[in-house]
Amino acid sequence: MDFKEYSVGERDTEEEAEFRQEVRDFLDEQLTPDILEKILEERDQYYEGRPHAREFSRKLGAKGWLVPHWPKEYGGLGSSPAHRRIIVEEMSSRGAPAGGGIATSIVGPVIMLHGTEEQKREFLPKIARGEMEMSLGYSEPNAGTDLASLEMRAVPDGDDYVINGQKIYSTGAHEATHHWLAARTSADAPRHRGISLFVVDLASPGVTIRPLLTMAGERTNEVFYDDVRVPRKNRIGEENQGWGYLREALGFERMALSGMVNVRRIVDELIQYVKETEHGGKPLAEDPIVRQSLAQLAIESNIRRLFGHRTSWLMSKGIVPDVAAAIAKVWGNELDQRVANAGMQILGLYSQLEPDSRWAPLRGSVEHLYRFAVHLTYGGGSHELMRSLIATRGMDLPREPRM
Amino acid sequence: MDFDLNEEQEMLKTTARDFLSKECPKSMVREMLKDDRGYPPELWRKIAELGWLGLIFPEKYGGLGGSFLDLAVLLEEMGRACLPGPFFSTVILSGLFILNAGTEQQKRELLTRVANGEVILTLALTEPSAGYDAASVEVEAVSDNNDYIISGTKLFIPDAHIADYMICVTRTSRGTVPEDGITAFLVDSKSPGISCTVLKTIAGDKQYEIVFDKVRVPRENIVGELDQAWDPLEKTLQQAALAKCAEMVGGAQQVLEMSADYAKERMVFGRPLGSFPVIHHYIANMMMDVDGCRFLTYEAAWKLSEGLPCTMETAMAKAWTSDAYQRVTALGQQIFGGVGFIEDHDMPLYFKRAKAAEVTLGDGNFHREMVARQLGL
Repeated sequence: MDFKEYSVGERDTEEEAEFRQEVRDFLDEQLTPDILEKILEERDQYYEGRPHAREFSRKLGAKGWLVPHWPKEYGGLGSSPAHRRIIVEEMSSRGAPAGGGIATSIVGPVIMLHGTEEQKREFLPKIARGEMEMSLGYSEPNAGTDLASLEMRAVPDGDDYVINGQKIYSTGAHEATHHWLAARTSADAPRHRGISLFVVDLASPGVTIRPLLTMAGERTNEVFYDDVRVPRKNRIGEENQGWGYLREALGFERMALSGMVNVRRIVDELIQYVKETEHGGKPLAEDPIVRQSLAQLAIESNIRRLFGHRTSWLMSKGIVPDVAAAIAKVWGNELDQRVANAGMQILGLYSQLEPDSRWAPLRGSVEHLYRFAVHLTYGGGSHELMRSLIATRGMDLPREPRM
Repeated sequence: MDFDLNEEQEMLKTTARDFLSKECPKSMVREMLKDDRGYPPELWRKIAELGWLGLIFPEKYGGLGGSFLDLAVLLEEMGRACLPGPFFSTVILSGLFILNAGTEQQKRELLTRVANGEVILTLALTEPSAGYDAASVEVEAVSDNNDYIISGTKLFIPDAHIADYMICVTRTSRGTVPEDGITAFLVDSKSPGISCTVLKTIAGDKQYEIVFDKVRVPRENIVGELDQAWDPLEKTLQQAALAKCAEMVGGAQQVLEMSADYAKERMVFGRPLGSFPVIHHYIANMMMDVDGCRFLTYEAAWKLSEGLPCTMETAMAKAWTSDAYQRVTALGQQIFGGVGFIEDHDMPLYFKRAKAAEVTLGDGNFHREMVARQLGL
C-alpha cells in the first residue's frame, strides 16, 4: 500500500519542472484574474451560455493540453501521466474548472475503446482540440433511470440513419457541437440488445433544442429529432450493441460526477466562517454541535478523496471501474447533499441568501449547492439503481427478476 | 497511490486467515465467553510460535521488526475471527507503551518476553471517571523511601486476571496542567493489596475492576521516567485506537460477507432474499461503510509506518469506524432476521463486539472532537 500524496512540484524531474513553467506562463497569459472571474460567474448562471469557459477550453485544446496523454495520431501529445498531472495541478491551484468535459472524459474514451480507426482519426483530434463539444442524449420523457426503455428510433436508410424522437436533460446541448446519442436501432430485439450509439452534429436539419430551467439556476434542454439524417459512419461500435458501451460510458460519467463539487473547499470555508462568526456572544466554533458536524464532514470528505483515488488507481492498472465508480458516485454525491444541509444549518437565517446578495456568506455557495445537489442523487444513475449495481456486481447478489 | 497489500502482507493475511479458521472456530470463541480464563493457553503458545506477539517490535527486542501496516493486516484477521485472548492488552496496550516509554533495559527485557509469549501484560489506565484524558488519572502513587505506594480503583481493565504484570498509570504529582505528574509503574499482579473483580460486559470480554489498597511497588519499576508518562501514553493510545480500527474492519468485513452469503441462499416469497432491491441497498451501504473504514484505517496506518504525522487521520479512522461498524452489524442483524438473534449464531458476537469496540479508546464523539481541534476549530 502507498497513500503518498505529493505536494505540487515535489517530484518534478528537470524536464517536468520546465513543462510546469510552460503551463504557468500560459495560464498567466490566458487565465488572467479577470477571465477566471468571468468563467466562475458563468458556471453558476449559464443560461445564456459559457463563452469564456469555452474559449479557454479551446485554447487549452490548441496546446494539446485537454488530453495530453492521448496518442499523437489521435490528437494527443503522447505525454507521460506526469504532464497531465502537472496541468491539472496548475489549473486547480488557480481555482480554474477543468477544461474539456463530456467529450474528453466520456465520449473520447469510449471512441478510443470501440471506434473504428477511421472514427478515431476523425473525431478524437477534434475532441482533443476542444472543437467538438458534446452533450449527452440519453434520457427521454419515458426513459430515465430505466434507460433501456428508450424509444427514440434510428432507422437505416442508404448511407444514413433517419432518427426520430425526443431526448430530455441534455445539459449543454445549446452550446455543444454534437450529441452523444443512444437510440433504438432494432424494435424487435430484447430491449438491451437493440440500442446503438451515435455522434450527431447538433446543427443537422430536424434538430430542435428547447431550454428547461432547473431549480439550481442552470439550464438543461429538451432535444427533438424530426427525420434527422445521421451518416452511418457516425455510429460508434456495432449496431445494437450500444448497451455494453453505455455501461462503460456511464462508469466514466460517474467518476466525473463523484468529484464535480469541491466539497472539501466548502467545508474549509465553513470552518473559517464559524471561527469568525459570533452567535450569542461567543464564536460559533465553540458550539459542540457545530464542531461535531464539521469534523464529521471533514472525515466524510476524506473518504470521498480515498474513493476517488481508488478509481484512478484502478484506471491506472487498465481496469474500467464499475463498482468502484458507482461507490465513488453514491458516496460523493450524497456527501454533496450532506455538506449543503449541514452548511445551511450552520448559516441559519443567512443560509437563504442567494449568491448575488451582498449579505450572502461564502458568496452564496452553500445556498447554491443546496439547490444544485438535489439532482446529483439521481442524475448519472439513480442511487437506488447504483446501490443495486454495487451489491449485484460487487458482492454477487442476485438481480431482481425482470417483469 | 497503491491500494494493494505487498507480497509479504498478502502472505501474512493468508497465513492468519488459514490459521485462525482452523484454530479459532466460532464454537471455541463462544466456549471461551463462559471460560474463567477466557482463552486457550495452547492457542496463545501457537500464536507466539508464529511470531505474531513480536511482529511490531524491533528485532533487537526479540521482535520481527514489522510495520504498523503489517500489524493492521494481522489485526484485521483477528477481528474477523473474534480471536479471544490477551493479544490487545499485552502487545498493543502494554507492549507499545513499553516501546514508547521504557528505558533501553526495560524494552530489552520486557518486550523480548512478550514476543516469546512468556508474559501477559495489561495496561491499567481508566478509572471510574471513564475518561482517556490526563485529568482522569487520579489513582495516586506516593513515594515512600525506595518504593511507591499505589491506592485507588482502576476500571475497565482488560485481562487483569491473567496478566503477570500490569502497567498502572498513576498520578505522582500535580503540575500546572493535568498532563504533568503522571507516572507508569510495572506492578506484579500478585502484589499484596491488589484485588480484581470481573465486570460482566456486553461483549463478554474479560474486563476488571482493580482495587489497589496501599500496593507497594519498587521505584525501579517506573516504566520510563517519573512524572513523564503522559506523552508516550498519548502516543500509545493513538496507536491502540488505530489498532482497534483494524480489528473492527475485519469484523465488519466478515459481517458483510456472511450477510451477503445468507441473502443469496435464503428464499422468501419464492425468490432469494438478496434479489430484493432493499437488500441490495443494505449490502451496498455495508460495502461503502466497510471500504470507508478500511481506507481511513490503512491510510493512517501507512502514515504511522512511514513516520508521518497521523493524529488527525487516526482520530478520523476511530471516529468513523466506531459508528460504521455498528451500522454494518445492525444491517446484518436485519438481513438475518430471527436466526441472527439467537445467542448461538455468529451475529451476536459481532454485534456486541461492535459496541464494545466503539466505546473503547474513545468513541465517535470523542474522536470527532479531536478532529475538530486538528482542523483548528
